[in-house]
Amino acid sequence: MVLEFTEAGLYCPAADVHIDPWRPVPRALITHGHSDHARPGHGAYLSTGEAAPVIRHRLGDIRLDTVRYGETLRIGGATFSFHPAGHVPGSAQIRVEVGGEVWVVSGDYKTVDDGLSEPFEPVRCHTFITESTFGLPIYAWTPQEALARDLNAWWAETAAAGKRAVLGVYALGKAQRILRLLDPSIGPILTHGAIEAVTEVLRAQGLSLPDTIQITAGTDLKAHPGAMVLAPPSALGSAWMRRLGPVSTGFASGWMRLRGVRRRRAADRGFVVSDHADWDGLNAAIAATGASRVFVTHGYTQSFARWLSEQGYEAGVVETEFGGESLDEAPEGEGAA
Amino acid sequence: MKRFAALFAALDRTTSTRTKTRALADYFRDAPEADRLWCIALLSGRRPRRTITTTKLREWAAERAGIPLWLFETCYPVVGDLSETIALILPEPSRESDLPLAEWIARLRALDTADEETRKAAILDAWDSLAPDERFVFNKLLTGGWRMGVSQKLMTRALSQATDIDEAELTHRLMGDWTPDTVSWAGLIEAPDPTADLSRPYPFYLAYQVDGAPEELGPASDWLAERKWDGIRGQLILRGGEHWLWSRGEELITERFPELARLRDFLPPGTVIDGEVLAWDRQDETPLPFARLQPRIGRKTVPKKLLSEAPVILMAYDLLEWQGTDLRGAPLSQRRETLAGALSNLPEELPVRLSPRVAATDWAGLAEARAQSRDLGAEGLMLKRLSAPYLAGRKKGDWWKWKVDPLTIDAVMIYAQAGSGRRATLYTDFTFAVWDGNALVPFTKAYSGLTDAEFGEITRWVRKNTTERFGPVRAVRPEHVFEIAFEGIQQSPRHKSGVALRFPRMARWRKDKPVSEANTLHDLKAMLAQYG
Ligand SMILES: [Zn+2]
Ligand SMILES: [Zn+2]
Repeated sequence: MVLEFTEAGLYCPAADVHIDPWRPVPRALITHGHSDHARPGHGAYLSTGEAAPVIRHRLGDIRLDTVRYGETLRIGGATFSFHPAGHVPGSAQIRVEVGGEVWVVSGDYKTVDDGLSEPFEPVRCHTFITESTFGLPIYAWTPQEALARDLNAWWAETAAAGKRAVLGVYALGKAQRILRLLDPSIGPILTHGAIEAVTEVLRAQGLSLPDTIQITAGTDLKAHPGAMVLAPPSALGSAWMRRLGPVSTGFASGWMRLRGVRRRRAADRGFVVSDHADWDGLNAAIAATGASRVFVTHGYTQSFARWLSEQGYEAGVVETEFGGESLDEAPEGEGAA
Repeated sequence: MKRFAALFAALDRTTSTRTKTRALADYFRDAPEADRLWCIALLSGRRPRRTITTTKLREWAAERAGIPLWLFETCYPVVGDLSETIALILPEPSRESDLPLAEWIARLRALDTADEETRKAAILDAWDSLAPDERFVFNKLLTGGWRMGVSQKLMTRALSQATDIDEAELTHRLMGDWTPDTVSWAGLIEAPDPTADLSRPYPFYLAYQVDGAPEELGPASDWLAERKWDGIRGQLILRGGEHWLWSRGEELITERFPELARLRDFLPPGTVIDGEVLAWDRQDETPLPFARLQPRIGRKTVPKKLLSEAPVILMAYDLLEWQGTDLRGAPLSQRRETLAGALSNLPEELPVRLSPRVAATDWAGLAEARAQSRDLGAEGLMLKRLSAPYLAGRKKGDWWKWKVDPLTIDAVMIYAQAGSGRRATLYTDFTFAVWDGNALVPFTKAYSGLTDAEFGEITRWVRKNTTERFGPVRAVRPEHVFEIAFEGIQQSPRHKSGVALRFPRMARWRKDKPVSEANTLHDLKAMLAQYG
């Protein structure tokens, strides 16, 4: 086997390295900086140069080497290369070739161009390892232009009503993607500290993002009327929100596709957007690899593997410790933790 | 459909009644008239009949989406709603449609008589021309599952804002036996012809429970006190030589109580009486227990045997129309006087009585009279301000119910079952038992009265303390005592305990009481002997 599924994670025996391992290992190849993929405690790390700053920011002083997208790297008896996954800035699929057999570990991915991350690139392979966070045909994302229109309309409407718009977003990736969609002519953009920190890291590596003002204890909120506030989902409804005064709340997440989730979250608005692939995206991505075998890691694994089997793939489920898109809670029957 | 789907979305994403009212009022201002009518009809429970089975809808939707049925069925519990599941899995529509709501409903109804092939083609075609949010609403029309989180009251308020017509007046106009086929917007809302629907009832005036001491209502002499009878609140309408009986739920129940037809011969047309239909013991001139009335509620036509076993009368409370004139604006004292006059000198065998005034002249006397309610087969007293007009809907101020305290018994929880809908993840339906020697005999179920936090707490406990499962029901360790409150008790051969309770609910979780101190079957039987 080119890769094995071990207690510590995906393992390549020919090179003696792990990919996105969840237990400490000597050498780890990392697809991207989300905490379920880049974990502390490994002896040495390897990622794309674009993913490195966030990984360093999160994990501190680690031994981290970087590669360029597309660059081939010989480790032991295996050849590796990193290819854009379109998930968040710097995210990669990792191609592994051993004795002419090619596997691709896609980590987390999406196929639509978010205007920020390096766009997803299909990589031909024999075996493809895919996520299935949104692997049911009920999930389909709002096109990016419509999303921008809806977001800005809500913001403008909220500002006009003398309130602040507070949007719950993931700190890495989603927040910056949304930042690029916002129309700064509507008003100032304020951020929660957790979001500002990651945004600052990405700015420093050259991504162009609109100006933001971090909310600190000393921030004079009255000086910023009609603001859009970006905060992690868990901050919505927390004590942190209280000083914001009258607000309209929203969440930006794939789960917002479901009315039941929107109602349970009791947000004023739900924006259907995700950095994971939707149903059509997953199917298109898998087809484009030309793979005959597919392993499904996190998400609606059982049903997605069954669906792929019926489509003629040799498909199986692999238990991993990867998480999906968290909204503190996901609908029942959802496999990702 | 776009406009209606947008309305639905606006109502759906807010919990603020003000925002909802505004969204509806906007709709009533600018949607096409036929659509407004349908919107009112849907929100007041007048929905089109379901013509296509959900099994067919599932099949067609899966087929159209290009997925196997098992995958559709996997999606359904994740979404939790059939209409929404279908709306979400279908591919993007290939075109747009600006057909209005009323037109879509007309098309759906035309499918009533169509064969399956035609139906399928029509539904697939509709799905292909509606955006996902419109499809969701369309599917709700198909499956008949309407819940928009809008009460009739809120709708009427919005309608009032949009039309500048008084809310109570609109409530009246919206009552009765209309459908969007039988009326126009103008005929129903703007300029109703009073003779167009002779059966149309007035909105019922409903009372709140007295919340403080009754003395706070001022001098007892300002009030009319009468018994709060335990039957079916009804409005009897005599107009144009015909008669109709409406229930409080706006249901026509004329046929169920044919004995009231005789009143046409003794009361003039243009008479509307607000009263209570009661099963009546003609020998003793007392009401029979509510249980005797029950078999007559369920059926549209009444067999002779039942008519003689449970004869009814109308206990008349109020007179809303007399000689064709709307009396609702007149003070109660005057309406009662006219009512008493109208009912005087009627033959004894006629099924109508004037609800007697409780004679006490001060609050102490009234309190004493209230305490006797159960013995008289009444639920308590009604207090009505003598100077007040007859209002529409539930209003505070002039009418109060002053019910007797409920009966209570301490019982042991022995079975638990999960709730439905919003409460599907909680155990909310419980079976309670009392002691019979060393055995626990189940005697009632109850599913309300606890706070959400208490339901959460008991749910966690049930999960850990299940001793046996029977399908969805779990037997639990008999460890918890609850005070069960109820309004009445009857003999019931269908129940193991031999009794049935009216309106049982959990009044308190008696964490302070050991199981051994719960009540006994003997205690229940004693209550039955006294109040049954
Ligand atoms: Zn990720
Ligand atoms: Zn992940």
